[in-house]
Amino acid sequence: MSVLRPDLAAIAEAIAPGTRVLDIGCGDGTLLGELRAAKQVDARGIEIDPACVERCVAQGLSVVQGDADSALADYPDKGFDYAVLSQTLQTARRPDLMLDQLLRVGKQAFVSFPNFAHWRTRAALMFGGRMPVTRSIPVSWYETQNIHHVTVKDFRELAREKGARIEREWFFAGEKPVAGASNLRAEFAVFLLSR
Amino acid sequence: MSGASQVLQLTDPLPLDGGSELAQAEIAYETYGTLADDRSNAILICHALTGDQYVASTHPVTGKPGWWERVVGPGKPIDTDRYFVVCANVIGSCMGSSGPASFAADGKPYAMRFPVITIRDMVRALVALLDALGIERLHAVVGGSMGGMQALSLAANWPERATRVLVIASTSRHSAQNIAFHELGRQAVMADPNWCGGDYYAADAQPDSGLAVARMAAHITYLSEEALTEKFGRNLQDRETKSFGFDADFQVESYLRYQGSGFTRRFDANSYLYITRAMDYFDLAEEHGGKLADAFAGTTARFCLVSFDSDWLYPTSESRHVVHALNAAGAAVSFVELSAPHGHDSFLLDVPALDRVVKGFLE
Repeated sequence: MSVLRPDLAAIAEAIAPGTRVLDIGCGDGTLLGELRAAKQVDARGIEIDPACVERCVAQGLSVVQGDADSALADYPDKGFDYAVLSQTLQTARRPDLMLDQLLRVGKQAFVSFPNFAHWRTRAALMFGGRMPVTRSIPVSWYETQNIHHVTVKDFRELAREKGARIEREWFFAGEKPVAGASNLRAEFAVFLLSR
Repeated sequence: MSGASQVLQLTDPLPLDGGSELAQAEIAYETYGTLADDRSNAILICHALTGDQYVASTHPVTGKPGWWERVVGPGKPIDTDRYFVVCANVIGSCMGSSGPASFAADGKPYAMRFPVITIRDMVRALVALLDALGIERLHAVVGGSMGGMQALSLAANWPERATRVLVIASTSRHSAQNIAFHELGRQAVMADPNWCGGDYYAADAQPDSGLAVARMAAHITYLSEEALTEKFGRNLQDRETKSFGFDADFQVESYLRYQGSGFTRRFDANSYLYITRAMDYFDLAEEHGGKLADAFAGTTARFCLVSFDSDWLYPTSESRHVVHALNAAGAAVSFVELSAPHGHDSFLLDVPALDRVVKGFLE
């Protein structure tokens, strides 16, 4: 078993065996490969980078090259038990519309993202007066793919506005789980939603 | 023009989409590798418009290597040490399978009496060949361009026959632009005074000029503007200045003339008419009530589609259209648009990323 990023490990652990999963922005297929091997999941992916798609296809994974912002429209309603969006929401043109699509194609949806309200990020902005470069947001403002920074509090609000129910939630600082004061203490958040 | 291929003679008449049937149809084919005892390792490769069964062996007419020798062979992406590869000449063609140059019951060539065929008819003949070889279920069916149409047609109409379906630089239907280019080619053939309504087989002269023009026009659609510019630009051919005449002043003109004349030596003009017609008629959605997703309903095969960013004959949007339908049908599908400079012809040329995708998908 490979060592998964903590948010992916939480997602992989929570997914029921033998289900249908669509991983949006699946990268080189790490989560999909893990789910297929460990949980006999019918795993599908969408990825924008052709080199990553190529690596997925070479592993026998079913991955379609496409832009998550537009490609999701090709998928039927509730065709998957789970739609997964890991560390991609903040790169979407319209995260709110993306969330709608996730909850349309999946009966349940996992969303993970770096929390912009983490104390380290707040401190960098407050005391440094500059856009934070931290271990969860490691790239300078001008070259980051993140175009919509989001906090745990913002995401809860968006979920509420979208009529989505939060089934489960996980918070991490580095590799370690965080309990309590998540908007301040979590570097990463994972939510499981349904509608 | 038939080569040294094995030829299967069908005992039953082959029913055709046009309503007629083809009696005593012959299918010429090549095989590579060894069929496993449980017959589970067969890969059917479908050739493109002017291709043939010599996918990985020397062409008997031109003496050139097989058209996909780079991909098919021992240790290659389609590894003949592991897989049993079958490639057959499509019906309507001229390398040993029944086509307009074949003899009809009266002992004369069919010529234009040959029935108009479709892509599905070609695949029906291929399925008959698989039956004869005792191959119930293919490990994979693979095809580029018109070969991709055959692979899709097999997946849609004989869904139990292939476990994997690999479609490269292809489409589920011909666009008006595709049909327009083919019509240009057909009119060039039929305008040749040597065409004689298709009855030229016993004549001294063949409609070579018309067929060469058809090939020149088609060849332009196979390349990208970038590839043509890089290869030839506006360079002059074997001269310092323009001739102020209609010789092949430019290198690109000389190249196209060479492509055209080489083609007439290995291809039958009437076959060109019949096969382009089959491609123009191809519309997989129409065959299935107008909805492409319905063509793949309930399929258990895994699909992989590949397009090239410089292909304007069957652009990426055509592949995406198929991928969309496969997604809607819940099929397991992969899709990748590869970057290559050569246009539509990229599927025949050295694109290492294509090799990796082909190899990985077949595993």
